[in-house]
Amino acid sequence: MSKVYIALQDNEESHYIVEAIEEDNPDSTVIYQPAMIRIENEGRMVIKRETVEDKMGRDWEIPALHVNLITLGGNVDEDDDELTLTWND
Amino acid sequence: MSNRKLNLKDKYRLLTRDLEWEYSYRDYEEIFKQESFEGIKITDWSKWEDPFRLTMDSYWKYQAEKEKKLYAIFDAFAQNNGQQNVTDARYVNAIKLFLTGVSPLEYQAYNGFAHVGRQFGGVGARVACQMQSLDELRHVQTQIHAMSHYNKHFDGFQEFPHMHDRVWYLSVPKSFFDDARSAGPFEFMVAIGFSFEYVLTNLLFVPFMSGAAYNGDMATVTFGFSAQSDEARHMTLGLEIIKFMLEQHEDNVPIVQRWINKWLWRGYRVLTLVAMMMDYMLPNKVMSWQESFEVYFEEAATSLFKDLARYGIEMPAYAATAIEEKEHLSHQAWSIFYNYGHAAAFHTWMPTDQEMDWLSEKYPNTFDKYYRPRYEKWREMEEAGERYYNPTLPMLCQTCQIPMGFTDMENPTLTSYRQSEYDGERYNFCSDGCKDIFDHEPEKYVQSWLPVHQIYQGNCGGAEMEDVLGEYYRINLGVDNLDFHGSPDEERWNAWHNLQPAEDKLKEAS
Amino acid sequence: MAVAAITENYVGERLDRVENFHGNQVLYIGWDHHLMFCAPVAFPVSPQAPFRQVLEELIPGAFSLHPEFGEIDWDEVQWHLNGEPFTPDMDATLAEQGIDHKSAVRFATPGLNGIKGCGS
Ligand SMILES: [Fe+2]
Ligand SMILES: [Fe+2]
Ligand SMILES: [Zn+2]
Repeated sequence: MSKVYIALQDNEESHYIVEAIEEDNPDSTVIYQPAMIRIENEGRMVIKRETVEDKMGRDWEIPALHVNLITLGGNVDEDDDELTLTWND
Repeated sequence: MSNRKLNLKDKYRLLTRDLEWEYSYRDYEEIFKQESFEGIKITDWSKWEDPFRLTMDSYWKYQAEKEKKLYAIFDAFAQNNGQQNVTDARYVNAIKLFLTGVSPLEYQAYNGFAHVGRQFGGVGARVACQMQSLDELRHVQTQIHAMSHYNKHFDGFQEFPHMHDRVWYLSVPKSFFDDARSAGPFEFMVAIGFSFEYVLTNLLFVPFMSGAAYNGDMATVTFGFSAQSDEARHMTLGLEIIKFMLEQHEDNVPIVQRWINKWLWRGYRVLTLVAMMMDYMLPNKVMSWQESFEVYFEEAATSLFKDLARYGIEMPAYAATAIEEKEHLSHQAWSIFYNYGHAAAFHTWMPTDQEMDWLSEKYPNTFDKYYRPRYEKWREMEEAGERYYNPTLPMLCQTCQIPMGFTDMENPTLTSYRQSEYDGERYNFCSDGCKDIFDHEPEKYVQSWLPVHQIYQGNCGGAEMEDVLGEYYRINLGVDNLDFHGSPDEERWNAWHNLQPAEDKLKEAS
Repeated sequence: MAVAAITENYVGERLDRVENFHGNQVLYIGWDHHLMFCAPVAFPVSPQAPFRQVLEELIPGAFSLHPEFGEIDWDEVQWHLNGEPFTPDMDATLAEQGIDHKSAVRFATPGLNGIKGCGS
């Protein structure tokens, strides 16, 4: 299996996003590095708008992820409700 | 507002596909002249899909938000005299190299994407390239803004665009991008969009920027990560164009494979500079070059190429060589710059004992065996008042233009020499990768503007090295160059931190 | 192979033709396993220069800073020219012994293994 990953700037908003990712991808690994947070998972990862909104307690849309995004690895698919990262093996 | 009801997919469709028109009174080939000469076959541009489905309105909205955050941090950094709070003045030399070597590439990327954004027949690809072009312009501007603050307090920043076009080591990144931009539009996308952005820039913008944060440089980490937030989109575009070409026609597969082989090697050679920035120029260490390479190249590229295997794409040729070199690369690069520290627009130095111990720990197979004794000798020479500088100009590789400081991995203290003869003339290379690239397109690489040869031809100012360095390169001699120890940068730094009482500092500031 | 180019039969300008070096040619010299010199070095030199000049002027100018330089036994040195073993003729010119423009000459000094034997 290949690992997909996403890295976010280490800031207040990202903490909620990370919480949401951990909830929706229970097997993912979160790695804290200076000024950044890297989250990796085997094969697939999903970021759901609803879960993030839930954590933040306000409206949030998927493209807003770009503000805190540093990098990612995997095939991206984005629509109004979620962004997924996948690798085909 | 009616567009509130549209979902992302509809908005994107309206922005791209449905805004295209039929070309009724001009030939397609006439409008998109550069689409076919590289041999890439496109049968249906409507199959192009941007996975982020980014539309112009949300593009402006989120870019504006990124800028606001970024400039707030620049202001705070300047107001707090952030330049005094980095770990050590030696660190700033990595930023000098960044401004002279990397930021001008952002400008080249802006040019390149603006150009290919006109050449593709598919409107989705054109829109994505145009947005990327704007991003790249933003990157060069924000980087210049961020580093203009350092220019007020440190030497070596003042002539970066002039230097980028002339100075010997800057010909490495410059010629890399010149090579990509003078290729056709599809090769450019494989070169920059895929190989550089998808596979390689992570090594520069992620671990190095995290390192900048760890060394107290909030301005740099912020522009780095702000740029990189666009990069995630660029990477995705790079991967998309590859998949698109591979899906369009099976004849595209061998062409794309050759470009991947070529551009990953070209890009990896440029990253030699980053290897030494990681291991030698960050006083507080986050991770070694080898560790970053393992995560962001070996691991990431393995997943990626496993994914692309369904199209018949294989792991790039020479990846094995790059992997073998990971325990040597940064040390060989630092040795080159230490040798020619009199000809560089930033300072070099020998690592402290503590730093050497860190290198031994991170490179247990190579550092003590091959590099530590060399460094200890150089330090001894420096202590005796005879800081070592190489008195003769180096032999350069015809393709990557780096001094031939790389060695054969089976015999790591033997320089790797490769040679080709073409049209009655000899050409020399640092590696199989660089030789094969030349052999495939010699008419391109016979034109390499090799700084050492240009100096010997008399094209770089006067006959004396002082003229070349001082006038032609505009290095402020005795100030920008030579060892960090004894430099005006060091002197100022010491004055800020030890020698000057806090009261005087306050008086000066007000 | 030809370059894929928008112009047919594209030909690039040869930037380093020997004619551009004002009567000189470029000669590269490297000392094997002595990486205190990070890379082989490049010299502009007349093709009419005898090899003796390379040995007595260019090589000391480039490499004499190395602590082992004075210990070299020049009769034992092993030479390579463009990858092939080679025995230089001290009195013949470079041109006469096939050392042409952008040739690479390597020399190895058996028994001298660099600083503390580390190949530097
Ligand atoms: Fe960029
Ligand atoms: Fe980019
Ligand atoms: Zn090379």
